[in-house]
Amino acid sequence: MSTVDSVMAGDSSTAAYGVRRRYPGAFRRMYQGEMRLLLLRRRNLALLAVLAAVPIFIGVAVKISAPSGEDGPEFLNQVTNNGLFLVFTALTVSLPFFLPLVIGVVAGDSIAGEAGSGTLRYLLTVPVTRGRLLALKIAGVGSFTALAVATIAASGLLIGAVLFGLGQLTLLSGDTVGVLNGLARAAGVTAYVIVAVFALAAGGLFVSTLTENAIAAMAATIGIAVLSALLDAIPQLSAIHGFLLTDHWLGFGELLRTSINVGDLVRWSGLHLAYTALFLSLAYARLVTKDVTS
Amino acid sequence: MSVTTNRDGGLDTAPPPAPATGVDASSDDSSPEVSSRNDLSSDVEATTEFAVRTDGLTRNFGSQVAVDAVGLRVPRGAVYGFLGPNGSGKTTTIRMLLGLLHAHSGSIELLGEPMPAALGYVLPRVGALIEGPAFHPYVSGAQNLRRLDLSDATSDPATSRRRIADALARVGLTSAAGKRYRNYSLGMKQRLGLAAALLQPRDLLVLDEPTNGLDPQGTREVRNLVRELAADGTTVLVSSHLLSEVEQVATHVGIMANGRLLRQGSLAEVLAGGAAAAVQIATPDAPVAARAAAALGLTDVRVDEDSEAVTARLGNVAVEDVAAALVTAGVRVRGIQVQRPDLEDLFVSLTGEGFDVNR
Repeated sequence: MSTVDSVMAGDSSTAAYGVRRRYPGAFRRMYQGEMRLLLLRRRNLALLAVLAAVPIFIGVAVKISAPSGEDGPEFLNQVTNNGLFLVFTALTVSLPFFLPLVIGVVAGDSIAGEAGSGTLRYLLTVPVTRGRLLALKIAGVGSFTALAVATIAASGLLIGAVLFGLGQLTLLSGDTVGVLNGLARAAGVTAYVIVAVFALAAGGLFVSTLTENAIAAMAATIGIAVLSALLDAIPQLSAIHGFLLTDHWLGFGELLRTSINVGDLVRWSGLHLAYTALFLSLAYARLVTKDVTS
Repeated sequence: MSVTTNRDGGLDTAPPPAPATGVDASSDDSSPEVSSRNDLSSDVEATTEFAVRTDGLTRNFGSQVAVDAVGLRVPRGAVYGFLGPNGSGKTTTIRMLLGLLHAHSGSIELLGEPMPAALGYVLPRVGALIEGPAFHPYVSGAQNLRRLDLSDATSDPATSRRRIADALARVGLTSAAGKRYRNYSLGMKQRLGLAAALLQPRDLLVLDEPTNGLDPQGTREVRNLVRELAADGTTVLVSSHLLSEVEQVATHVGIMANGRLLRQGSLAEVLAGGAAAAVQIATPDAPVAARAAAALGLTDVRVDEDSEAVTARLGNVAVEDVAAALVTAGVRVRGIQVQRPDLEDLFVSLTGEGFDVNR
């Protein structure tokens, strides 16, 4: 990110007054500090634990009493055939509520929390310039979002493998593929979901620049997901359904067919990235002009 | 994504901007005395006279003018006591100096660089404690400092741990370094805030109410710390409403009220501008003494026959000259005493007695 640009010739001392040189790798160090804060916080660890518990509950429930018929979330019936389906079921179950909750808390807190506790003014006077601060928060929240989705997937894979084994994967279209192919598809599903929910995290970052009240920012972020799901459930609004933030979140089922419709996946991911870009632009515009009075 | 302000090439000291609008009459451009220790910073920077300079700095909140055409002049090497009642605009001014608030008009220079344009370039040389400390409650004091140090692109990662330990030791927090911030007492939090400002050698320290919540011992330590830092050549801008405390360390003061900078200059200059020093002469020959005093040019001469004393405004007359004149006039002097107004007298005379917050 930054190279050594010794601003003043002959300024070699590290403990000197006057203009100081910059040390390379500053952003990486700052990012490490940010991740340490995120991962040292017990609240955040508890959120990850909740996500990790989702596949455990589903897996154990299915093991005790195998589902019959069409009840329950998508993919649930296939779990007993192949543990890999626990990954897909757990993601399906987490997407409407648990993931928005976790993302809402972490993204909503990201800047509003620092503003509310007053640490924002100290970061800005270090100085971390405002653009850099947003980049840092995007990296931190993005990493945590990816970690959250990966936690569900990893927990699902582990519990699924232990309880049901990982054999040949029978796709939705009826064909069967090998274990490695199945794992690759699971990785693709995880990546798709990360990109999808990061759009919500970006919304949370924007909301977080609007207030000093972290709780309000968290609630508003979760509200974005709830509102989108609500609009998606009203048939009269079907014209806009395709453009809603959450409409294609479950589109990862496409990856479980023999012939994957790449065009659809790209289009949907493109929509998610467009939302991300919109929210992050708004966040930038807001943050650089914000008066920090807390 | 990042918009760091980098400058390459030589150090260009920007020409001082022309005073914008109505600069406060009291903030005259006559160069205040810069103490000799300022000579320590012998580099190019020394040519820039002021560590902090604002012209016509103004900020409104809604219809309320929080800071009104403030022209600060903080000479390099000074310990500048920034005084004012609660709500007088001190903190708003400090927030604008540090780029946290946008000014509605006026200009700011920190260490000779325009703010906020040169923010990324100049703030690494500025340590700040703004409106009390603020840290993450669920990690330790040392971890909080580490986070701030990691965020500073100009801090050497190789010396980070040592500098953090030094800063903690300097404020007496070594034994509490590993304790969670939430378990700190008010005084310990304040000390950690000071430690954060001292992670690097600073050319300018901006300390907003640095002794809040400190016990008398801590207050004393902060005073010594400020003296030490100033002796090393750091300019210190310390805002406070504890006047006696400021009077003990400050070389310069500025007094704010209702968003305006009412007085500014070296401590002696500002005090001289207040109520004049008075002289009290105890003598059985009061009428003779009064005539001698008046002849010498003292004004407001009053004779108090009962207590056998004469009081008068000293003006520019030296007290030893008064003593000599009295002796020449044959006055039997029991005692002679000069009463100089202190900062508190001046402050109250400028900002009013009332206990109510003005706005």
